[in-house]
Amino acid sequence: MTYPVRSAQRTGARVLQLLHDTGHAMFMLLEATWFVQFAFGKRSRHETVTQLFVTGVKSLAVITVVALFTGMILALQTGLELQRWGQEEFIGSAVAVSIIREMGPFMTALIIAASVGSAIAAQLGTMTVSEEIAALEVMSINPNRFLVMPRLVALAVMMPILTVYTNILGIMGGAVVGATQLGVSFSAYMDNATQFATNKDLFVGLFKAFVFGIIITTVSCHQGFMTTEGAVGVGKATRRSVVISFLIILIVGYMITRLFYI
Amino acid sequence: MIKFDHVTKRLGRKTVLDDVNFEVGEGETFVIVGLSGAGKSVTLKHMIRLMSPDSGTITIDGEAITDLGRRDLSRVREKFGVLFQSAALLQWMNVRDNVALPLREHTKAAEEEIIERVTAKLALLGLDDAWDKFPSDISGGMRKRVGLARAVIMEPKIVLYDEPTSGLDPVTSRRIDDLIVNTREQLGITSVVVTHDLHSALAVGSRIMMLHQGRIVENAPPEDFIRSKNETVQSFLESQYITKKGKWEEFRHE
Ligand SMILES: Nc1ncnc2c1ncn2[C@@H]1O[C@H](COP(=O)(O)OP(=O)(O)OP(=O)(O)O)[C@@H](O)[C@H]1O
Ligand SMILES: [Mg+2]
Repeated sequence: MTYPVRSAQRTGARVLQLLHDTGHAMFMLLEATWFVQFAFGKRSRHETVTQLFVTGVKSLAVITVVALFTGMILALQTGLELQRWGQEEFIGSAVAVSIIREMGPFMTALIIAASVGSAIAAQLGTMTVSEEIAALEVMSINPNRFLVMPRLVALAVMMPILTVYTNILGIMGGAVVGATQLGVSFSAYMDNATQFATNKDLFVGLFKAFVFGIIITTVSCHQGFMTTEGAVGVGKATRRSVVISFLIILIVGYMITRLFYI
Repeated sequence: MIKFDHVTKRLGRKTVLDDVNFEVGEGETFVIVGLSGAGKSVTLKHMIRLMSPDSGTITIDGEAITDLGRRDLSRVREKFGVLFQSAALLQWMNVRDNVALPLREHTKAAEEEIIERVTAKLALLGLDDAWDKFPSDISGGMRKRVGLARAVIMEPKIVLYDEPTSGLDPVTSRRIDDLIVNTREQLGITSVVVTHDLHSALAVGSRIMMLHQGRIVENAPPEDFIRSKNETVQSFLESQYITKKGKWEEFRHE
């Protein structure tokens, strides 16, 4: 066979595989969503609470540092520029709007994908290669209810909450730089921030965070379940879960922004 | 009880099961032996439809399982308890919760009753002291026994054991053999045991089947298996220092 034919065939096979995997992931997500009604039922309560706790606590330290410094960097960069025109009192709105609209949900999602998402992929991947998933299936315990649903609930709930936390810390970081480096008082900073940042900005941001939470769970669980080849495979699944989550978060984030701001 | 009818399975480029036919009767202890990669685990996985054949049918209790829907599959799987090759315990649950899992998921039993049943089963397997340990903190032999406790806690009709004695010392291995025999005698269940340990096979089996490169090369009661004329079987027997002249009864222990 000639090279172009062969490579076309290979591309075709890859596209089919991609469609197949996506379908698989979608089915998993739908089924887990249906099971959400049992999140606090007798059988799943414990796991759901554990996952909520793990998701909330695991990444708090990193989120704190990243959010504070992002706010500070944003304030410093835009503040120095604004200062050249004597407009430094506007850093309040500059920082608040960009953090609430985009940076807050986006950074939170990246951190959660890298910490919580990768841990999910590694755990479910290990369970897959050590036959634990097969054991659940034989015991007629649906992994989508038993494992995916509690993680879905945890990420869909915690992502918006953590995003609010990121927003607050980011804006505070900006305020610190404003007061210490740019001579903008805290009250002037906050006045300006609340004047320009709207409720719509906040709600669209939180909606994004919620969607990102679902994306991270779906990608990580799916990659975990698809793991083959033992420990090496677990490493691969973990890495892939982070990379794929990042890509989908970027694309979907753009689409949501377009949807609400055009 | 379990029937394989012209079952063929290809995985990747390899034909792992090649036109396999056999039947396991009720109350039997059916042993599958063979070299690594012969297709033993794949055969077990077909019985509970963790894998489906490319062609052929598998019948459990007179019911073909190849095309069952989710509900029916669940009902068929309820008949089985499975001890996986790696025990497959959930790492974040302690021994007691692992064994209690099927009860908590599938029965409405009260917590006290569940604890009582699990504790009794653990005691039977000599695991009284280990109930609050986690799988990563106990030895391989203990993990296997916990896996066995979990496999039989729902009192299944059929128990599948994938290499119950591999990686264990000889003393523990013989204890597991006894457990298999006892479990069958006490509960009157059908067992399928996969192993490369012929001593174990001769000790527990009412029938021994040897798989080689996806084909059945021998399927006979232990007394005939040990005298098999098949070359593959003979070299397998010799590799474990078992000769035709040996008495298979010697491997049974009381
Ligand atoms: N999921 C799979 N995908 C591809 N090939 C597989 C898969 N599972 C098993 N195989 C192949 O099928 C063959 C039989 O595997 P199986 O696990 O049944 O061997 P086994 O007899 O249980 O060996 P062992 O004693 O080492 O456990 C092997 O060659 C293996 O590589
Ligand atoms: Mg095997």
